[in-house]
Amino acid sequence: MNLYVVNLLLAIAWMTLTDSFGLGNMIFGFVLSAVALSLIREQVGSVGYFSKLGRILSLLMLFLYELVMSAVRVAILVVKPNMNLKPGIFAYKLQVDRDHEITLLANLITLTPGTLSVDVSEDRSTLYIHALDCSDIDQIRKDIAEGFERKILEAFR
Amino acid sequence: MIDGLSDIIAGVMIITGSIFAFLAAVGLWRLPDIYTRMHAASKAGTLGSGLLLLALAAHVGDTSTFTRALAGVVFFLLTAPISAHLLAKASYAVGYRLTDISVIDELKD
Repeated sequence: MNLYVVNLLLAIAWMTLTDSFGLGNMIFGFVLSAVALSLIREQVGSVGYFSKLGRILSLLMLFLYELVMSAVRVAILVVKPNMNLKPGIFAYKLQVDRDHEITLLANLITLTPGTLSVDVSEDRSTLYIHALDCSDIDQIRKDIAEGFERKILEAFR
Repeated sequence: MIDGLSDIIAGVMIITGSIFAFLAAVGLWRLPDIYTRMHAASKAGTLGSGLLLLALAAHVGDTSTFTRALAGVVFFLLTAPISAHLLAKASYAVGYRLTDISVIDELKD
């Protein structure tokens, strides 16, 4: 059975036993059952489950960090007397090919400094990205490929 | 003591959030075309409103308010990039041109 389901069932069992159905208790039950599952990870084969959970968490942290950084960058940019914009739209060749991965990558790109996804090509191989500073497109491409795209591939493959 | 601390945290978050929301508005006013404006609206705006909601959660401090504020933040994070993306895509489809200072447009071909 799917370990996530087991984890959730254990959390529900915990809530029933403690007779408290608040969100705090549910999170506590979930963490508690995750710890219980990690104790028997060799037996039930959940080693992959936990490293996957870790990778999804690290993707989430990267996302929040990039969001804050990008908001700060945009905020600094708009108060500068001379904004020195070099805007433009460039094409980005996608490595990810599943729909939900492309959606996630496009959303992450929109929330990162200076980039905004505009369109996906019909055959889903290219993402068109608008950037505020197009003076070094190759560097932006490299940042996306080694940052978000790699993390997404790690978390979902 | 705990009350004072949560008040300070909430206050700092409200001020920071308002500054970001204000700068998002300044960005909408100063940037030259819709594509560059979406940058300001989708990023600084999201962080600003998110911080304000979290400040509310920290200030009130009961679970149901906290959950709803958190849900609000999650929905902001989910919807802001999608609306920015859709606006940019729609503007391009109906032919809004990039600003004259743009250096590259690979979507044209």
